[in-house]
Amino acid sequence: MEVFLQQLINGITLGSIYGLIAIGYTMVFGIIGMVNFAHGDVFMVAAFVALVAFLILTTWLGISSIAVALFIVLIVAMLFTSLVNWIIERLAYRPLRGSFRLAPLISAIGMSIFLSNFVQVSQGPRNKAIPPMVQGDFVLVTHNDYAVTLSFKQLIIWGVTAVLLVCFWYLVAKTRLGRAQRACEQDQRMAALVGVNVDQTISLTFVIAAALAAVAGTMYLMYYGVVSFSDGFVPGVKAFTAAVLGGIGSLPGAVIGGLLIGLIETMWSAYFSIDYKDVAAFSVLAITLIFLPQGLFGRPDVEKV
Amino acid sequence: MTEGAANQRIDTVAALRDAAITTLLAFGLFLPLIGFHTVTNIRNELELDTRWPLLFSIVAVVGVARLAYSFLLAPWLERIKLRPMATTTPAWRATFGKWFVPFCIGFVIVYPAIIIAATGFGGALKWVDNFGIQILIYVMLGWGLNIVVGLAGLLDLGYVAFYAVGAYAYALLAKEFGFSFWILLPLAGVMSSFWGILLGFPVLRLRGDYLAIVTLAFGEIIRIVLVNWVDVTNGYAGISGIPRPSFFGIPFNANDDGFAATFGLEFSPIYRTIFLYYLILALALLTAFVTVRLRRLPVGRAWEALREDEIACRSLGINTTHTKLTAFGMGAMFAGFAGSFFAARQGFISPESFTFLESATILAIVVLGGMGSQIGVAIAAIAMIGGTEIMRELDFLKQIFGESFDPTQYRMLLFGFAMVIIMVLRPRGLISTRAPSVFLKEPKPVPVDLVKQGHG
Amino acid sequence: MTIAGDILLRVEHLTMRFGGLVAVDDLSFEARQGEITALIGPNGAGKTTVFNCITGFYKPSEGRIGLCHGDAAIWSELDALTDSGKRGITRGDSGLYLLERMPDYLVTQNARVARTFQNIRLFPGMTVLENLLVAQHNALMVASGYTLFGIFGLPSYHRAERASVEKARDWLNRVGLIHRADDPAGDLPYGDQRRLEIARAMCTDPVLLCLDEPAAGLNPRESAQLNELLMSIGNEHGISILLIEHDMSVVMEISDHVVVLDYGIKISDGAPDVVRNDPKVIAAYLGVPDHEVEKVGAEIGL
Repeated sequence: MEVFLQQLINGITLGSIYGLIAIGYTMVFGIIGMVNFAHGDVFMVAAFVALVAFLILTTWLGISSIAVALFIVLIVAMLFTSLVNWIIERLAYRPLRGSFRLAPLISAIGMSIFLSNFVQVSQGPRNKAIPPMVQGDFVLVTHNDYAVTLSFKQLIIWGVTAVLLVCFWYLVAKTRLGRAQRACEQDQRMAALVGVNVDQTISLTFVIAAALAAVAGTMYLMYYGVVSFSDGFVPGVKAFTAAVLGGIGSLPGAVIGGLLIGLIETMWSAYFSIDYKDVAAFSVLAITLIFLPQGLFGRPDVEKV
Repeated sequence: MTEGAANQRIDTVAALRDAAITTLLAFGLFLPLIGFHTVTNIRNELELDTRWPLLFSIVAVVGVARLAYSFLLAPWLERIKLRPMATTTPAWRATFGKWFVPFCIGFVIVYPAIIIAATGFGGALKWVDNFGIQILIYVMLGWGLNIVVGLAGLLDLGYVAFYAVGAYAYALLAKEFGFSFWILLPLAGVMSSFWGILLGFPVLRLRGDYLAIVTLAFGEIIRIVLVNWVDVTNGYAGISGIPRPSFFGIPFNANDDGFAATFGLEFSPIYRTIFLYYLILALALLTAFVTVRLRRLPVGRAWEALREDEIACRSLGINTTHTKLTAFGMGAMFAGFAGSFFAARQGFISPESFTFLESATILAIVVLGGMGSQIGVAIAAIAMIGGTEIMRELDFLKQIFGESFDPTQYRMLLFGFAMVIIMVLRPRGLISTRAPSVFLKEPKPVPVDLVKQGHG
Repeated sequence: MTIAGDILLRVEHLTMRFGGLVAVDDLSFEARQGEITALIGPNGAGKTTVFNCITGFYKPSEGRIGLCHGDAAIWSELDALTDSGKRGITRGDSGLYLLERMPDYLVTQNARVARTFQNIRLFPGMTVLENLLVAQHNALMVASGYTLFGIFGLPSYHRAERASVEKARDWLNRVGLIHRADDPAGDLPYGDQRRLEIARAMCTDPVLLCLDEPAAGLNPRESAQLNELLMSIGNEHGISILLIEHDMSVVMEISDHVVVLDYGIKISDGAPDVVRNDPKVIAAYLGVPDHEVEKVGAEIGL
């Protein structure tokens, strides 16, 4: 029971990170119908930007308050990652809009390869480890020498994710931008006819997706304290799994899907086999798509004859 | 013409403004990861370094490139657009088209001889192996995947799994039971095909990018199993000492019963390499031949019809389940052949050779080549694989950038970049027509804008 | 043994529900051998749903769809077949099939029902000739020894392919598209695409041809050509046609029998003349209740 509780806490933490990345997949898929393969690598780039920002703040500027440092790191990572994703959309995807279905996918795969190798070349292939940013934890339950703990960093991840999701939900549900986005999802040409700036809306979608990936990247760096150039692919695929599980196109679906994938992965590691934890996530993906292609919250795709 | 002339005038202010914005964006883009460098010091702590000169030179290059685009490239592109389009194809193109394929086949057959003549026995090894065999493996894989993606329109991102099945099937069976390459080659093909059909079954209903993602998941699952099932596959360490193919029973070694001794030649590793080259060439040509035949058979036409419109296929009495499975199975079979060849050539395999990157590379070759076009796929394989291989040969760059410069580091970086650029410039690939499989009077190439890319 | 006038298709108590929506409600009608049966009704009446049930694209919620090949005497075995749980039976040259039990491709392959679509579904990137060869897939598949003989280039397959090309050429001549045989189907103008789709359906060798709004989008001249084509298919080949159409000139001119649907319910069934004067039909098309038909009709001068 204690193990279960601990894994539940760990799983929700991991799931929050997946959920944040998954929103990026689901939004981009919703608006331009493309699996943004490079999104996992955008997340990895964000973690590296956060790493650089953190080092500048702590080793050069000597900021000792972790709260201030973390806040600044988060902002910096969001800004730079948004810029990166905005430029990616402009260069690699926009020229292919309305083109053949496979072209953007290949372009995105190319971009994914480019990003991970760019980081490898520019920052080196080794793992980058930083001293723990946040230490300490609450002990929730102790039983037979097994302490169920909720660490401060887990708490921070939960808190930041929750706050951002509320802001983000407000943005999509209540603002002009959100309305424009939903209009473009339905029909881009019609949206353009009624005065929605489609290009700008799509650009902003990529910016928001990147900002959320940047939060995920920062949280990932804080949680694990280590990042490498190859850390984009697997979390990316898992986050995509989360988006599919939740029903692609559905924002709450992405978050819940993320939590589920996080939980499945930690539970599987704890109770079955840590070696095969990725198999668990991939199997969930395959099983979901085969038996529940519209996901938990998605609209079913009816075949029109 | 006056309008054209007006278009030619370049707005200097706008060009400078664009260049300034681009420079600024490039600065922002490269600042965190080029401007700063994270290094681990002796105490194993992470420290920051700056690389201002590098950052500023890269940003400057980007700015200048933008200026060059405004002043040189853009006007040139405008001029090309204004030029009247040729409506008839010149005669030389027709002749070229007719002789191109025979010429290419002839060239690849004499390629080892040309290389040996040019570089001698010692130097030829590298050129036949790295460029010849390596590229031909990818040509074959591209042609195999072309059946699934290009003809049947089923997007498969896990193709490398079947390549792995073929390689491990050969490696394990050859080591355990000592079967010869010629028995195991078809066996590996059959096993891969079986896996292709097995994995094809559950994903039949899926469409669009979903199919791509599930096949990716299957590919990764197979790889993870190869990594973790240590008892059988030896995990990350891989399988070494895989028996090499022999020349119809005569081994390629320095012994008295070896190939060189039997034919009264001086021993050289090049004989085996040349043998392997012709082996993979034969396998690749077999793939091409079978595909050409299949396209003219009902099953091949059903694949293409499936790519065009699945519902219409069903309304014509075509069993789409069987049609999809035959495409998966046939594609997987050729991957299995290529895999067992790969294992036999390397003598060593490990899960590292079967990552997602390989699947992505093969798919990129198919799409860059122009879906369904065999010549296009071959050209794309030569460009992409040959291009990255040639990066290994650029040691002279060390003289420019200093000894620490390692061009091979940039292989995959440029590979990814090239994928994006080629897609942006030619989204439909290099060959943008489809040859009809049958005709009444004359075969007219179908412009590729009309051809669907399938929904799977 | 086919005799014109025998029952070919028997739709009984067909009901199709989508969630709470009843698209087709307890529909029964018959189509006869060698006749052209038209299925008409206002938009959203459920006509295409009926088609999709007959051709196996939808599984009906309830009901039975029987189809007979050859001698109509085999209808007597309908109930036995239903109880047996089988999809169909054959007795010599005759056969009886329960279409609601068959997957879409078998409806075409075994029961020999071909169809076209409301929004044309050609293979646009394949040539006109290739489109017609794809339609002969099953016959060619057998001839190619399920690919095996074909791969080795055996002459028996070449003969079969030549025969298929001849058949395709025949149909291209009939629909006037022979000069476009080597052009991609997606390049044809709209009217030609409609005719090509019919020719393609005919190449599957059907006993029943289901056409979903074949005249939609055609100009009057093309529409007249279509009428001729459909009549000749019926007369020369003895093939029965089931037709959804909005164009009343087509319906009244060529059909032998008309079934009218409104909101999924059959409101009239009979010869064109009878249906045309049926107040219920007029009401459905005018969108007024039955008892006001005469009044409204008088107002608009019917």
